[in-house]
Amino acid sequence: MNDLLAIFFGMALVNNFILAKFLGLCPFFGVSKKLSNAISMGMAVILVMIAASLISWVIYYFVLQPYDIVFMHIVIFILVVASLVQIIEMTIRRTNITLYNALGIYLPLITTNCAVLGIVLINVQQEYSIIESLVASIGAGVGFTLVLAIMSGIREQLDLADAPKCFKGIPIAMITAMILSLVFLAFGGIV
Amino acid sequence: MNTSKKCVTCDNCSGKNKATKGNKKGGFIRIFINGITNTNPVFILLLGLCPTLAVSTSLDNAFGMAWAATFVLISSNILICLTRKWIPGIVRIPTYIVIIATFVTIVHIILQAYMPPLAKSLGIYVPLIVVNCIILGRAEAFASKNPLKLTLADTIGIGIGFSGAILLIAFIRQLFGTGSIEMFGQHLVSIPGLIDNPISIFILPMGAFFVIGSLLAFFRYVGVMPCE
Repeated sequence: MNDLLAIFFGMALVNNFILAKFLGLCPFFGVSKKLSNAISMGMAVILVMIAASLISWVIYYFVLQPYDIVFMHIVIFILVVASLVQIIEMTIRRTNITLYNALGIYLPLITTNCAVLGIVLINVQQEYSIIESLVASIGAGVGFTLVLAIMSGIREQLDLADAPKCFKGIPIAMITAMILSLVFLAFGGIV
Repeated sequence: MNTSKKCVTCDNCSGKNKATKGNKKGGFIRIFINGITNTNPVFILLLGLCPTLAVSTSLDNAFGMAWAATFVLISSNILICLTRKWIPGIVRIPTYIVIIATFVTIVHIILQAYMPPLAKSLGIYVPLIVVNCIILGRAEAFASKNPLKLTLADTIGIGIGFSGAILLIAFIRQLFGTGSIEMFGQHLVSIPGLIDNPISIFILPMGAFFVIGSLLAFFRYVGVMPCE
């Protein structure tokens, strides 16, 4: 149990995907201006991460390893992520139209989001069991959502801030990310 | 597949691409220079930030990532360009992804075989070249519509632009973070005061955000890039 907690908090806070591993920077600088959008995006990422981790774990240990074609894992994983996103999008559209309106436009964006492929590759690299992969993917998704939500709050204020002319826009967002990253460094002690 | 919508981020590049297409008469050299300056993937289009920021902790790592990504960019775009007439429009994005993933696999295996220390320090960022928006962005915006000669100019230009950006960031981070410049085990330069008390936050993740933020602001200040 302690191991699982360590993996969860390690993924969510210490090795935060955005601030420490630089995965998923596009949505971080792109979509995060409204809190509700950030949360929807985060939820979609958590959903896809969990499904992708589980499916790729099964494929890796029951197909790739027994048939000795581990070298194909990059091609297989990206196809898993891409088709999974497609399936989830279609399923949500058919079953829950409210949820689809909330998440819909963010789902296609996730396919080439490095965060999803990143968690799949980390699970394989660290040789996590299926439970550990599940916990790691939830942790990574929660950390991602947390930072996206924090940043969306800051960016609402940032537009009004009196930054130097050449720092306006993306540069000052980068500097803000640097300070956030410094803050998250303090979590290093908990795991 | 709806992957094409992902390229919301790449709206920039398709927009720029129209400009590039307009300059088509300028030909090879024009497009080549454009890739380094006007459509520099890192500083202007803000694509492919993940590897740029993550592996720029030392010049060695940056150099490894630069050639790996450039190799994948050039070879996959050449293949996409040559096969563009046979790939049906509906399945083009999945096809591109498979082509790119194949070349990434080749690079990954070569790195593990011949440069195990580098493969280890780059870690998951080599497989993650697959989802580097620069490569898919160029394939969608340029290679699938233009003849081989122009595609070659575009990808080489973009490759050099990306490599230059990542090496510049790595140079600054290594210089201030360790107080000296080392490359391939050779000691090149050291700053007398810094070598004993390096500013180690430059090596930490926050240093990457700081360096790229400051660089963007600096480029705007000197007028290389327009202010908002």
